[in-house]
Amino acid sequence: MTTRTIFSGFGGQGVLSMGFTLANAAMLEGKYVTYLPSYGVEVRGGTANCTVVVSDEEIASPVASEPEFVVAMNQPSFNRFQNILQSGGLLCVNASLVDIASARSDIEILAIPTSQLAEKLGTIKVANMIILGALIKASNIISFDAMIKNLAELLGEGRSKLIKLNKEALEMGFNYVKE
Amino acid sequence: MSGNAALGEAAVLSGCTCYFGYPITPQNELTEYMAKRMGELGRVFIQSESEIAAINMVLGASVAGARAMTSSSSPGMSLKQEGISYLAADELPAVVVDMVRGGPGMGNISPAQSDYLQATRGGGHGDYKTIVLVPGSVQELTEVVPLAFDLADQYRNPVIVLGDGMLGQMMEPVSFENIKPPKEYPKDYILTGAKGRPARMVRSLLFDTKEEEEHNWKLVRKYQRMEQNEVRYETFMADDAEMIVVAYGIGARIVKGAIKRLRQENMKVGMMRPITAWPFPAAPLQELAKTVHDFFVFEMSAGQMIEDVRLALAGKGRIHFYGRPGGVIPTPVELYRIIGRHYYMAARRKQQ
Repeated sequence: MTTRTIFSGFGGQGVLSMGFTLANAAMLEGKYVTYLPSYGVEVRGGTANCTVVVSDEEIASPVASEPEFVVAMNQPSFNRFQNILQSGGLLCVNASLVDIASARSDIEILAIPTSQLAEKLGTIKVANMIILGALIKASNIISFDAMIKNLAELLGEGRSKLIKLNKEALEMGFNYVKE
Repeated sequence: MSGNAALGEAAVLSGCTCYFGYPITPQNELTEYMAKRMGELGRVFIQSESEIAAINMVLGASVAGARAMTSSSSPGMSLKQEGISYLAADELPAVVVDMVRGGPGMGNISPAQSDYLQATRGGGHGDYKTIVLVPGSVQELTEVVPLAFDLADQYRNPVIVLGDGMLGQMMEPVSFENIKPPKEYPKDYILTGAKGRPARMVRSLLFDTKEEEEHNWKLVRKYQRMEQNEVRYETFMADDAEMIVVAYGIGARIVKGAIKRLRQENMKVGMMRPITAWPFPAAPLQELAKTVHDFFVFEMSAGQMIEDVRLALAGKGRIHFYGRPGGVIPTPVELYRIIGRHYYMAARRKQQ
């Protein structure tokens, strides 16, 4: 099986780290994986996006023309990427910033009030991990355990405070999504 | 790891002792990686004032016996051509990386394959050639980079690693276990100070036309040896194929995805992927032409490698072409449709 996910939002929202976290976890799970960031003329506050392809077989192209999943952290990303999502695909939306009134009718929308949830953890910085947790629950791209184990490697073994915070954020998103 | 970073680590493990570079997207991560890593190892890293300076620093380091590398992207590569010509004339080893972006001119920063002719035809002035390696994945970069350093030393000639923006930017799992400790090559030409031995001279200025002609023929013989011994390529599902797609680098990878789809519909399409763009795998292509009539060239350019395919086939078979220049990355589905259509039309022609 091959799944393609586009993560998108403002620069600074942790869009690229969301993708990188997923890519690294998928690698640890023994999957084929590619991670392609948008690069070059991007600025803080501008739009950023990256594409992660996870597969059981060799990956032909790291570019996704019709992804199965899209994560949109802001309105411009929502408007742009909902159009390329596969019919029946899943769109994870940062409901705190995005108005989903204009959503396509043939896709599934998962609206996560990331800002409100993040407040409970005391920092908006983990909004990306909350939505990533929700995506994992809804998509089954990789196991949630692999995601959690991966944190220590990404953040550095010694940084237990950070690991704990990110773990809580992932769990919060994961648990927010009901079956 | 990103392709650029993997390339840097592969160079470090291959015994690259000097790196000189000038920033340009989409290969900046390589320069960044080398800045950090070469410093840690106590090797030489210099961010030069220009691409021209960087390639000439490579020349200087190489003539002193170092394993030297520089990297750039398309517009920067144009600037380096003078230096590459001098390296070839002086018979000095060097590795030059080109992460190709859309052109001509300033172009853009998206991946492209439009520097093929520049790389495979020498690129600068004079009768010379460079070996051109065209890897197709981040893992293959770790095979190609040590090979590039070895071939450069073995033939005393610059070697080009021709990637593209996507290969540099994308991240994939990568292992460096295949890289062996660097081999030693005789360095009886390098300038180390003439104490206790006759003085040596490395130069490309040969006023005597006879002498220059002789030097040129000597280089030609070297290039012939490369053509004989260094052709590298890979085939994919070519055994029973009725159409062979010729593609390289990231393009070949997208083609592979398309072929898997085509095969599901019983379309007998295979692929020949050059790993050396120069010397071009002409003989293997001729061999395939004994059983295959239709060849499909795909490039992320307006059509450059197609010239080599034409030369290799020398009038045999029929050549189809599809190109996406300007930094556009087609999808496997797009190629599946195009190749499928050509396959269908070729089959119909055969029936008639």
